[in-house]
Order: sequence, then structure tokens, then C-alpha cells
Amino acid sequence: MSQEILLEDMQCVYQKPATLTDDYMHYCPGCGHAVAHKILMEVVQEMGIQEDIVGVAPVGCSVFAYNYMNIDMQEAAHGRASAAATGIKRVLPEKYVFAYQGDGDLAAIGTAETIHTINRGENILIVFINNGIYGMTGGQMAPTSLLGQKTSTSPYGRDVEHNGYPLKITDLIAHLPGAYYVTRQAVHTPNTVRKFKKAIKNAFEFQKLKKGTCFIEVVSNCPSGWKMTPKETLAYIEEKMLPEYPLGDLKVPTQNNN
Amino acid sequence: METKKSEVRLMKGNEALAEAAIRAGLDAYFGYPITPQSEILEYFTEQIPKRRGVVLQAESEVASINMVYGAAGAGARVMTSSSSPGMSLMQEGISYIAAAELPCLLVNVVRGGPGLGTIQPSQGDYFQATKGGGHGDYRLIVLAPSSVQEMCDFVFDAFKLAEKYRNPAMILSDGALGQMMEKVEFPEEGSLPHIVPDWATTGKKGRERNFITSLHMEPEKMEEINLHLQKKYKTIEENEVRYETLDVEDAEIVLVAFGLPARICQKAVELAREKGIKAGLVRPITLFPFPKKILSDLSKKIDHFLVIELNAGQMVEDVMLAANGNCPVHFKGRMGGMIIQPEDVLEEIEKIIQQPILQE
Amino acid sequence: MIKGTVLINSENCKGCELCIVACPQESLSLSQKINLRGYRYVELSQDNCTGCTNCAIVCPDSAITVYRQSKQNYKKAV
Ligand SMILES: Cc1ncc(C[n+]2csc(CCOP(=O)(O)OP(=O)(O)O)c2C)c(N)n1
Ligand code: SF4
Ligand code: SF4
Repeated sequence: MSQEILLEDMQCVYQKPATLTDDYMHYCPGCGHAVAHKILMEVVQEMGIQEDIVGVAPVGCSVFAYNYMNIDMQEAAHGRASAAATGIKRVLPEKYVFAYQGDGDLAAIGTAETIHTINRGENILIVFINNGIYGMTGGQMAPTSLLGQKTSTSPYGRDVEHNGYPLKITDLIAHLPGAYYVTRQAVHTPNTVRKFKKAIKNAFEFQKLKKGTCFIEVVSNCPSGWKMTPKETLAYIEEKMLPEYPLGDLKVPTQNNN
Repeated sequence: METKKSEVRLMKGNEALAEAAIRAGLDAYFGYPITPQSEILEYFTEQIPKRRGVVLQAESEVASINMVYGAAGAGARVMTSSSSPGMSLMQEGISYIAAAELPCLLVNVVRGGPGLGTIQPSQGDYFQATKGGGHGDYRLIVLAPSSVQEMCDFVFDAFKLAEKYRNPAMILSDGALGQMMEKVEFPEEGSLPHIVPDWATTGKKGRERNFITSLHMEPEKMEEINLHLQKKYKTIEENEVRYETLDVEDAEIVLVAFGLPARICQKAVELAREKGIKAGLVRPITLFPFPKKILSDLSKKIDHFLVIELNAGQMVEDVMLAANGNCPVHFKGRMGGMIIQPEDVLEEIEKIIQQPILQE
Repeated sequence: MIKGTVLINSENCKGCELCIVACPQESLSLSQKINLRGYRYVELSQDNCTGCTNCAIVCPDSAITVYRQSKQNYKKAV
């Protein structure tokens, strides 16, 4: 039984979205960035907004996001993606705009821009990939690294006295009145990916209302930085990351802020 | 106030610059308060909501310049302004903007440094403005006004040049020009049309996607980009040099000064001529591209250059390069917000010409 | 049971095995062969795929295309 004959009776139920380019992704095997890119682009395709969207890539492993996402994009300076996105959205208020950032980018060097962008309630989506480490520069400690986590700059494990606590920036920004929709998602299992996709869809729907910033944290992995196989990162996410960064909505539009 | 037609008004330099920008079709301004240029942000926050465009007080100069990056990349006519410490903070963003070849206007109303320094006028940021300022090999197009009228006119010139060359352009002013009031005649609003460029990220409707980046991992590609930038800067040097001269035809000593000190030197030339000293003046208007040729030509005819700056001697290095040893290049500067007087310049001139010229 | 199958772009597969973990039918396994980039890639090793799409959803490299028997054909087969 050859596959062609078999496929004749069948319909395609899942394929790579046309909103991704044909470029081979430079991400390490099993990296959550790649899943997040794909899902983001699936939503762009399904909503038919490919020609009406401008994205901003950060400095971090996803610096080349513009090579993969087949949409207009800008590559911003380290930490400044939300400022660049603000500039874009202010002059193109009718376009969908998003900033895609890692944890070092968004929650360390770019903390001020993150907070003020959201405090102004910029009508953009921020996708925040929290992998608890600096992937691009070779696995240094991130503001979101877990206590005890060994990284190349916390070789004895992250220690509160020396390095402070994992920064739960998503909890922080959920308190800002400019934040309209804040949720924490993941992409390591089929179900979490499906929920993440729903969250992206929500966020773009909300962006049309011009009611404030939508913020989606993605608890992700970094097999290379964590020095694990991709399969091992699944257990680490479940056992270590999720207790610290529990999944779910932190702020959803209600009657009050609607 | 009705501001539609060409008209003459008495205005502060900073406000004249802001009014000119609105008339030049500014789409967006992003900035952060700092003395002595806060009037620019204040003027925009008052006027833009009643007229057209976007104005946003950012959380810092770092945010401002990256907002400029985003908006310029989206095809808008956009600017920011600051004074020295704020300009230092912007340098990484400016380097990105230059590398990604985004047109925009930067205004530095320079104050005395280093450090927090003083709010008084200075020219201490000449190196930063003309030699790149941030990391990597890049240049800004730098215009140095010396009157409130030029604070207005150079906004139009800077936007034209920035868009023509896809390069950030800077107006290098100082605290005194920003604060002084003079009569200024404004061009009509809408006299500088703006077409959204085809490389802008506006949503990929009906075309291939655009992206704005300064990242190129292959050294071959990055060198190619650098060569392209250098070629562009060369073209700018060949075509866009601007300067003014006063009484240089028969001059034996030529003053070189930009911005406010050029006006002081004008007076000094007058005083010197009254005393029978053949003095002249070259005022570079574009600091990059620097008017090398006129200075080089003069250096073969005159006895002395005297460079006057409100700093410890920055442009003097470029004058020396242009003179290339053909004549001595002297320098007199004031710092920390102090302004030089015409009499001081005259005294300096007299000192120089009284020195015996060494015989070869 | 609805019948499904997957097409794997073996050149884009990086052998991360996330799809193998995600597959409830245990239909996938790593090949002994390597692709041009040096990765062992995933293959459909059992004929019990239901076309649930779980593997493709978690695949970072969009290497998996999933097909499922249409309802019509499913009825015919039953
Ligand atoms: C101003 C500046 N400082 C530092 C760097 C070096 N740098 C590049 S990426 C990065 C951290 C990236 O980590 P993260 O944002 O968590 O993203 P990831 O790579 O993990 O996806 C750093 C420090 C830089 N490019 N620019
Ligand atoms: S270093 Fe980490 S974050 Fe970067 S591509 Fe590899 S796995 Fe992904
Ligand atoms: S998830 Fe994708 S890349 Fe990873 S092993 Fe499966 S097919 Fe290959």
C-alpha cells in the first residue's frame, strides 16, 4: 500500500502554515521558540491578517524571527521591542502590531520599556517567551531563572541572597490598568499549544477593540541552555517551571474593564 | 494662532524648530524632558493634538529613540530631540537606525558636560555628533544652525537629506540658540511632501514582506553593508557640503567656527578689520559632511587658521586634517557653559599675528 | 477507529522526539538513518495513526503534515 493511494482518500488536517517562510529554522532541536512562531503564524493565517500586521523581533535567540514569519517585521535593539512596537502602532494605529521577546530582553534590560508600554495601554500584543535563561548568549542566568538553577553565571545555583528572586513580571504587569488581557501559557504539550493558540487569537481579537495591551507569557524551554534533551525539558517544565509560573489567565476583560 | 501661511514670528529657537517640524509634515515625535530643550516637547504636546501627527512623552531617551526606530521603519516622518546626557543614552538606538538606514531627525540642544554638567550652552558633543557617536562605523548628516531662522530652516533641510539618503540627520544646536528669541519666517505647511517609502513595514499588502534589521551574521554580508554605507557617506561628502565665508578673499588669518560662536566671530572679524588686520571667517554649516575643500584651499593661501569652539577643541582636529600642515591651526575655546566674547577672539587674533613667523 | 497518517519532512526534522512523546498511539519512532543535517529523523513506524495531529502541533519545525480519513470514507470503510 503506497502512501499516495492512501492519501487520496484522506484530507489534510494539519500542515505548516503558509505564513511561515520556507527558511530552515536555526533553533536548537525541540526549542519552544519555534513552536511559538508557528502557532503565532497559524493564527495570523486563520484570521487572514497577514497583510495587516507588523511584528517586532527582539535580541535573543528569536532575533531572526523575521526570517521565518512571512510578514512585515522589524528587529529591535535588546530590550526595546515594545518601544519599537509603540512607534509602529502609533503611526499605524489600524494595523496589528506585536512584540516578541525573551525573558532577558523583556524582564531585565527592557523592564522599563515593558512596564511603560503596558502602562500606556499600547494596543499591541506582547509575546513573552520565558525559558528561564539567556539562550542566545550561551546559557547565562535570566531574571526568571529558578532558585537553585545552575547556569553559566550561577554555577552554584541561583541564590536569593546574591541574585534575588525569579522575577514574575507577568504578575507585576497584570496589576497595571493599561493591561487588558494577561495570560500565562506553555507550548510543551499538545493541549498547552492549543490553549496558547486560543490566547493568541483572543489577543488579536482584543487588539481590534483598542482597549489596552495584551500580554502572553509562554513558559518555554531551552534544551541547550538547560543542558537537557528536549524530552527531559518536558518534565522540568512540569516539575520545576510550572509550580513557579502556574499557567492560566491573570487578567481577562470583564464587564468592568471592557 | 493661525499658522497656515508663510509668516514672520518672534520666537525662541526651540519653539521655532518645533513649529518648523509641524510645518514640515512631521508624523511623529517621541521625546523625554531635559533642559535646555524641553520647550520642543512642550510645544509639540500643545500643538500636535490641535494640528496633525503623533506626540508621545516617552519613559526615557532610550525608549524615545527606539520608538523613532519603529516609527521610521514604518515609513513615518519622525524625530526626537534631547540634550547631551539624553543624547548619550540614545547612542545604541542611533547606531541601529543608521545601520538599518532609517531616515529621521535628531536634535541635540547641547549643554555643557561631561557628566550632568551644566544647562548652559556648549559644543562639547561635536565628536559624538560627527564621528558616529555610538558603536560601529556610521555617520549622521549634521547641520549646525547659528540663528533661530536656521533652527527653522534646517528642519526642512534635515528631513530632505535624511529621506534622500535614508540616513539619520542631526541638528546640532546649543542651549543659547534654543533659548534665544529672534524673528523667524516660516515656510508654508505642507511644502515638503512625504511619500511612504516602499521598504517600510506597513503590512505586506500586495507585495513581498519588508523587514528592518541591522543584523547580518555572515562577515561577508556585514562587510558588504559597511561598504555600501561608506559609499553613501562618500556621496554625501561629495554633494552636500555647506558652509559660509566672510572676508576670506584677502584674509591672512581665517577664523573657523560653527553655530553660535560663528556669530561671535563675525563680530570679531569686524573688529579686526577696523584695526587693519586681514581676518576672515569660515562657518561650516554641515559638520558632516565637513567642508574640507574650502579649508584645504584656504590653508595654501593664508597665514593662520584660528578655530573658536565652546569646547576643549574638537572641530579643530578636522580643521587640522584639512589644513594638512599648510598653515598653523590655532585654537581658542571656552567650556562648561561659558561663552566666548568677540573681544576675546580679537585678543587671540592679535596674539597670533604678533608672533614672529619662523623662517624656513 | 478513524484512520490517519502523517507525512514527515525528514530534512526539516531535528529528531527532538517531542512528537514521539505527544503521540498517544505510539506510532512514531526515530529512524536509524540520518538526514543531510546529521539528525536522526522521525518515521511512522506503526500503522495505527488516527490523525489526531498531536505530533504535528508540538513539532517546532513544522516537519509533520497530518492526513485523516474523511468522514465519508470512514463510513465506507466501516
Ligand atoms: C545592549 C546589549 N547587551 C547585551 C547583549 C547580548 N545579548 C544578546 S541576547 C541576550 C539575552 C537573551 O536572552 P533572552 O532575552 O532570555 O532570550 P533567549 O535567547 O533566551 O530566547 C543578551 C544578553 C546585546 N545584544 N545588546
Ligand atoms: S539556545 Fe535555547 S532558546 Fe536558543 S534556540 Fe537553542 S534551545 Fe532555543
Ligand atoms: S517534533 Fe518535529 S522535529 Fe521533533 S522529532 Fe518530531 S518531527 Fe522531528
